[in-house]
Amino acid sequence: MVDALISHYNYWLIIILMMLGLYVVVSRGNLVKKIVGLNIFQTSVFLLYISLGKVSGGTAPILTGKPEAFSNPLPHVLILTAIVVGIATTALGLALVVRIRESYGTIEEDDILISERSQDASDINGSSA
Amino acid sequence: MSNQSILILSILIPLIGGIGISLLHRAPNLREACTLISSIVLAFVVYSLLPKILSGETVNITFREILPGLALQFNVEPLGMLFACTASGLWIINSLYSIGYMRGNQEENQTRFYIYFTIAISSSMGIAFAGNMFTLFIFYEILTLSTYPLVAHKQNSEAKSGARIYLGLLIGTSVGFQLVAIIWTYLITGTLDFTPEGILNGKIDPTLLPILLALYMFGIGKAALMPFHLWLPSAMVAPTPVSALLHAVAVVKAGVFTVLKVVIYIFGIEFLSETGASTWLIWAASFTLLAASIVAITKDNLKARLAYSTISQLSYIVLGAALASSIGILGGGLHIATHAIGKITLFMCAGAIYVATHKTEISDMTGLGRKMPFTYAAFTIGSLSIIGLPPFAGTWSKWYLALAAADTQTWMVIGVYMLSSLLNVWYLLSIVAKGFFAPPSETSDPSTGTIKEAPLLCVLPPCLTAVGCIALFFFADRIVELLRPIVN
Amino acid sequence: MNFIMPHLPVLQVAIPLIAAPICVLFTFGGHRKVAWLFTLAVSWVCFLIAGALLSRVLLDTDISYAIGNWPPPFGIEYRVDPINAFVLLIISGISAIALPFARLSVEKEIETDRHILFYTSYLLCLTGLLGVTITGDAFNIFVFLEISSLSTYVLIATGVRQDRRALTAAYNYLILGTIGATFFVIGIGLLYMVTGTLNIADLAERLQPLSDNRVVHAGFAFIVIGMGLKLALFPMHVWLPNAYTYAPSLVTVFLAATSTKVSVYVLLRFLFTVFGPSYDFVNLTFEFVLLPLAIVAMFAGSITAIFQTNAKRLFAYSSVAQLGYMMLGVALSNIPGLMATILHIFNHALMKGALFMALGCVMYRLGTVSLGSMKGLGRSMPWTMGALILGGLSLIGVPGTVGFISKWHLILGTLEAGFWPIAILIVASSLLAVIYIWKIVEVAYLEKEINQEKTLKEAPISMLAPLWVLVILNFYFGIDADLTTWVARNVAETFLGGES
Repeated sequence: MVDALISHYNYWLIIILMMLGLYVVVSRGNLVKKIVGLNIFQTSVFLLYISLGKVSGGTAPILTGKPEAFSNPLPHVLILTAIVVGIATTALGLALVVRIRESYGTIEEDDILISERSQDASDINGSSA
Repeated sequence: MSNQSILILSILIPLIGGIGISLLHRAPNLREACTLISSIVLAFVVYSLLPKILSGETVNITFREILPGLALQFNVEPLGMLFACTASGLWIINSLYSIGYMRGNQEENQTRFYIYFTIAISSSMGIAFAGNMFTLFIFYEILTLSTYPLVAHKQNSEAKSGARIYLGLLIGTSVGFQLVAIIWTYLITGTLDFTPEGILNGKIDPTLLPILLALYMFGIGKAALMPFHLWLPSAMVAPTPVSALLHAVAVVKAGVFTVLKVVIYIFGIEFLSETGASTWLIWAASFTLLAASIVAITKDNLKARLAYSTISQLSYIVLGAALASSIGILGGGLHIATHAIGKITLFMCAGAIYVATHKTEISDMTGLGRKMPFTYAAFTIGSLSIIGLPPFAGTWSKWYLALAAADTQTWMVIGVYMLSSLLNVWYLLSIVAKGFFAPPSETSDPSTGTIKEAPLLCVLPPCLTAVGCIALFFFADRIVELLRPIVN
Repeated sequence: MNFIMPHLPVLQVAIPLIAAPICVLFTFGGHRKVAWLFTLAVSWVCFLIAGALLSRVLLDTDISYAIGNWPPPFGIEYRVDPINAFVLLIISGISAIALPFARLSVEKEIETDRHILFYTSYLLCLTGLLGVTITGDAFNIFVFLEISSLSTYVLIATGVRQDRRALTAAYNYLILGTIGATFFVIGIGLLYMVTGTLNIADLAERLQPLSDNRVVHAGFAFIVIGMGLKLALFPMHVWLPNAYTYAPSLVTVFLAATSTKVSVYVLLRFLFTVFGPSYDFVNLTFEFVLLPLAIVAMFAGSITAIFQTNAKRLFAYSSVAQLGYMMLGVALSNIPGLMATILHIFNHALMKGALFMALGCVMYRLGTVSLGSMKGLGRSMPWTMGALILGGLSLIGVPGTVGFISKWHLILGTLEAGFWPIAILIVASSLLAVIYIWKIVEVAYLEKEINQEKTLKEAPISMLAPLWVLVILNFYFGIDADLTTWVARNVAETFLGGES
């Protein structure tokens, strides 16, 4: 049992990271912190992919002529793509936060909700925003 | 012209008329002419089909199949022919009357009114000639949707809430029950075609049959079987020509017509009478019949009283179907025509009284008979026909319905018929009596001294239909002759 | 021609992908109209390619295209079969119809200096959606999904000129969308862990002996949840109403008609091609997860829609309900039910496309789509409101419209599965649709007109024409459903074929 836990330590770390990230996204009201959480969450997935490509005793898959064990390079390649996607998401998210800050004057979710509620109320009363 | 093209034309003519009306919205006289011409042309076209059907020809058109077994299909059979003749014939008179009424009352949005009227007529033709339940259902829904703007015509909050109930009940029942029944039927039989012996025989567990029948009967909200009758009184907010359309020309007639169609061509009369699945319907219809008559007595608003009278009269037809005997079907079919002509007379008279005096309550209508002799004469004839006294048209349908009850030995139904006829006398003739014999209430309302007959176009149409009530008494055998092939 | 034909699958994605950076070049000189024309042309080319692909797979066999000549399952495979050719046609077709509508709408709703970038994002979004659909590689789905999602966030945020809430809507969608996509990629990773392949066809084969494997179960769960978020399956729909409401009209039209449909397609692909109802855990998911959620979605969506005061938000909630119908068809997992889902992917695209386009016309003239400002609009904008009502009838499922065709099959499906109470629930939820459509009818036709001075005119013809094309298609495919039902039956049979 303990052996199983220890031999899969990478997965435990990944799960902890994943849950941490998700928790930050859900629990923080600050829009930037949410994006930080999202990044942690995504990073844990990167680690998941990278660690599953590992072959014990394997090296980097470079042809040297000698028959050797190689780590599986495919997950690494995949995760390169995913990292790019992650960066794009972060950049876009931060750009949105900047715009939100410009028009709402805050990046706290609660304050934004309050000002949106009042806008909703004025919509119903017919005056356009 | 081939029979097929006549059939298609009868659905298209009102629509073409509607397009004409929308184009002529700036010239009211031409617009009304367009309404009249299309109604006359339609009647001409429909009646030209009559001799062919009488001689036993059938007319069939199948458009494409939308889904397997679900085709847009038309088929002219005697019952549909009768409904089409009734609706198209009364449309002429109703158009004449609409012109008088709408102008006399200076209603707004008249163009919209006439356009939706044509759509409603067109969909009635579609219902009349539908060759399967699916096609019928489509036109049934179009009829509901197209009459909605008519009911809400006045656009005030009362009209809107009335129209909401109207639409809610009709759409609700048709989708909630009728569509389910249709899908159920389709699922067990694989077809929805109207076939003379019915399509359900041997395909369904007889214990489930009453449930399916209930889904159909309550699903056909237009037949106003209690407790789904409330749309009729709440639709009374509409202008009178619309009430005439609802009560006589198209809507409720479409409802009971569908009831008859379902009973004859989906269930099959013999199958129903063998299984006795319609016994509960006899009770339900009898209850509606009597309850509506009693409610009618308590109503002081003339149109509301007529509305409840309609609910009760519709149950005559449902009852005729529920008896599941061929004579009952004949009586029911006959009653579609005779009630239509009687009820349209009454409604047009009510409208004429409103145009002339702006009175809606019966208790205010004392002594009007002497000021408006033609209107009241027509009203009397219409009432007598609805009650079913000779020599008026209503006699025959009640005669056949009572005969059917005797034939199937459901004596209770005969009692119900007699009792309801007495109630009819009470709630209809009391109006006539107030009009002719009660002293005019001139002291309370000085303006009544100037009461005259309504404009010619408001008075002439009810007089015509009153004459029709008498004429139909003598020509009822023609209708029976038309209908007889379906009950062989 | 012969040179191009074999490469159609890759061209379907490559053309809009290459077109996007080219489009940015129009910034030099600020050729807004050229950028629009260019996007329009690209859309039509995509549409033609999709048409060619569909006709080829329907008349001939499935197409497998190896990217860069690396044979599957090692390289990325593009695989075209009837279902995704059908979805490709829907996406590119809606785009081709929506773009003529776009010019004036975009002109009105988006800041002038952003137009070219807007069209660039639009092209990227199109690329992503087409890519997700055509690819036969699980990881590739993720990549294209993110391309389409990222550009979608941008597109939604461009609605900021109308309403600043577009920004928060885009932000929330970004957070939830990313979580969804990441869940999906975790699922893919888990499946890769046990099978060592990413090719969908290969995955399906290699998963066969692994039906008791916990990792497979976990992967399945991650994929279903991830896609559930993306397709706004109740209760994961919270991002959708705001995103649809505050996005520019064109974006709403395009997203409502295509993007959730693509997610439905991906889910179908995994549920039926990769896993299939022969697995116990898939069946359990159908019965105890998708079925209840679908039914709750149908009602929660429709009931919430009734109480909305903004027409766009109203139809957004109705979309949640409609997605419930699609999921219900999936959950039934019999032929008519699955046919209903596939038909509804197409039919719902037609009706929501038409409805949101009509609202786009209202937006163009009024600058708002709140119900309060639409009073009496039936008289000043008869064609727009007429289209809105007809689209609404289709949404209700009146016979003769496409809505009827899908509901009919859905009800047949429930009855075939023996769930007749659900058939009644479907009918009941259609009645809720009657209520919210009629709310609009009353506002538009029975209320006193606000615009008494007759300053308000009907929307311009270039917006009305595409709108009416969609409305007519709603009725055309409601009467002549041969093609769509044929495709749907074909697909449903393939999906369920492996069952026996």
